[in-house]
Amino acid sequence: MNGSLKKTPMPVQDPRDRIHNFQEVALGYNEDQAKVEAERCLQCKTRPCVAGCPVGIQIPDFLAAIIRQDYLAAYRIISRDSLLPAVCGRVCPQETQCEALCVRGKKGEPVGIGYCERFVADWYFQHVSTENTLIQSNHRKVAVVGSGPAGLSCAYDLCLKGYDVEVYEALHLPGGVLAYGIPEFRLPKAIVKREIDRLEQLGVKIHKNVIVGKTLLIDDLFEEGVQAVFLGTGAGLPNFMQIPGEMLNGVYSANEYLTRVNLMKAADKRSATPIFLAKHVAVVGGGNVALDAARSAKRLGAETVTILYRRSMKELPARKEEVDHAVEEGILFRTLTNPIAITGDEKGFVKSVECVKMLLGTIDASGRPRPIPDPNSTHKIDADAVIIAVGTTPNPLIMQTSQLETNRWGCIVTRNDSGLTSRDFVYAGGDVVTGAATVILAMGAGRKAAEAIDKDLCPTQ
Amino acid sequence: MYRILTKKILTPSVSLMEIEAPLITRHAKPGQFIMLRVDEDGERLPFTLADIQRDKGTISIIFQVVGASTYLLNQLHPGDELADLVGPLGKPSELDHLDKVLVIGGGLGCAIAYPLVRECFDRQKVVHSIIGFREKAVVFMAEEFSKKSQRSLLLTDDGSLGEKGLVTEALERWLAEGETYDAIYAIGPLQMMKAVADLTRPKGIKTIVSMNPIMVDGTGMCGGCRVQVGGKVKFACVDGPEFDGHEVDFDEAIIRNQMYVQNEKSQYDHVCRLKRNDAK
Repeated sequence: MNGSLKKTPMPVQDPRDRIHNFQEVALGYNEDQAKVEAERCLQCKTRPCVAGCPVGIQIPDFLAAIIRQDYLAAYRIISRDSLLPAVCGRVCPQETQCEALCVRGKKGEPVGIGYCERFVADWYFQHVSTENTLIQSNHRKVAVVGSGPAGLSCAYDLCLKGYDVEVYEALHLPGGVLAYGIPEFRLPKAIVKREIDRLEQLGVKIHKNVIVGKTLLIDDLFEEGVQAVFLGTGAGLPNFMQIPGEMLNGVYSANEYLTRVNLMKAADKRSATPIFLAKHVAVVGGGNVALDAARSAKRLGAETVTILYRRSMKELPARKEEVDHAVEEGILFRTLTNPIAITGDEKGFVKSVECVKMLLGTIDASGRPRPIPDPNSTHKIDADAVIIAVGTTPNPLIMQTSQLETNRWGCIVTRNDSGLTSRDFVYAGGDVVTGAATVILAMGAGRKAAEAIDKDLCPTQ
Repeated sequence: MYRILTKKILTPSVSLMEIEAPLITRHAKPGQFIMLRVDEDGERLPFTLADIQRDKGTISIIFQVVGASTYLLNQLHPGDELADLVGPLGKPSELDHLDKVLVIGGGLGCAIAYPLVRECFDRQKVVHSIIGFREKAVVFMAEEFSKKSQRSLLLTDDGSLGEKGLVTEALERWLAEGETYDAIYAIGPLQMMKAVADLTRPKGIKTIVSMNPIMVDGTGMCGGCRVQVGGKVKFACVDGPEFDGHEVDFDEAIIRNQMYVQNEKSQYDHVCRLKRNDAK
């Protein structure tokens, strides 16, 4: 047992260096650090942390395996429930999930579960090249639409159960938000690729460049012998603010900005995809996506990057760790500030953002104080690029051709917790059902749907 | 994967490519587009379908070398493969309710205008066409237009081939002669589409234009292709690419197309230099 009240610190790249590169910020534990941290676990009988994990990883068990230095066993414990430990160890909001319920957190800091998970996953990929998993096929075909966290974890579970799984991805690279959204410095693309490669090794086929709803319809899939379809198509449609000036050159949705940088590698000299190298960047929004865009802009050489957020620092929805990293990197936070217009120069390029200060009112439906504009506080902020990161909604492409019931936010309606949609044998999960949420919640939904599909297709078992 | 089967040089800078893409031909319809990447470092480029050959499992595109990426595309030959190709994207042309149509093509826009003309013609509609080019050297497919239209006219800015003048001048004349249309399609440079829309708006003739803005993914994900139509922001990739020409904010679209001009120019020079060095 390690009685320290504090987590073993995560080694990080120096902020002065990292603002000039896209390499990973957090460097990961070594064996000693992982062991020391795992020893902080009390191995309590009630296991509140497991209940806090959307996919139910047996956390105390894998921590115990770390202490025994049996990292392969630790990996196998995690991968019983999660396909993507190297991803989740990096981007899960552990502080609101497993770690939020950790008993050690009552006095001091909780066990660094995410850091340990990452260590195990990275160790595995460094030491184990291929593992043969023998799966008995049940000769039933299932199609998974979308290769983001929901689709991948659904495919993984179904594959382990013996299904013949085909994944359809609209873009030229699988991974969904892991590929186009989360930047390299937070989630290296090589890691995403490794986890997806493992899925392909298990026998899952991934068809890139196929848009279900356009290239193929759900009906086509059923005609070709698929017995169930899972839709994990995410929330890819960016919201804009509907304020004047949003059509100016230099106004990006965070999706566009991050896609150019992550998926299209616009920062790489070899890439043909252009990106506007702005000097003064304003980012609207306070979530992880806003921070990802802001920190990417900094790395692309912006002199100032300012987050404009309408509530206060306390309500910022981004992960605390990411906020801390952003502050270290010199990202400026203008809270209680909301843009009301973007102004441009005579050539149609962004020049400044007009903002108002906000006051916080009573608690609203979201459980946070409602921001109220102070009309006498209009002021201008110089900027030559504005990145809008105020959320996304589900991409309507698939709904247009599949007669699925959706709600007023454009999310697919499911009949129950298992993800069954209004159409028999069509299931959905992740952001396309909930609206934009986290990687791990999408993975949890993918798992649940896999279980439901298995129950519906093989009811006797 | 996405093998190039044939390549036809239409003008020194415009080529037609027929590409193997059987899956895409399954639901593709005229008016829709595809996106492709030449190689692993390539950008995603949108091209409206010039032809869909379902029996052969191929699609055709017509493109002009305007920058580094189209330069690299033009370096490919039959037998070569593209890194990626996805589609069909966007909404198909809605021709069902139209009996008599005028299609106006300008420059490279003729590549997209022609399949519309052919589609109307093959569906026994009355179709007229007016096509305009800068000069004789850049004219392509003029014969095809005249073969598939009941009435057609070729113009060049300098009169080096066909009639001298602008497509709008011809349009005005035809309308003055008493021609009427259920709809006019205008496909070409933004300035041309704007001029056509300005001309037909007071006359109340339905005018459809095909927008070709900057895009990244082509599936509605980035919003880079947004255009204002009737005061509302639309994504050309999913809501278009065809819009009511009387409602499109062309001036804004013209400005938005300038976003990466500088960048594209330097990249084009860079790629051409590299290729020249390779050749040496």
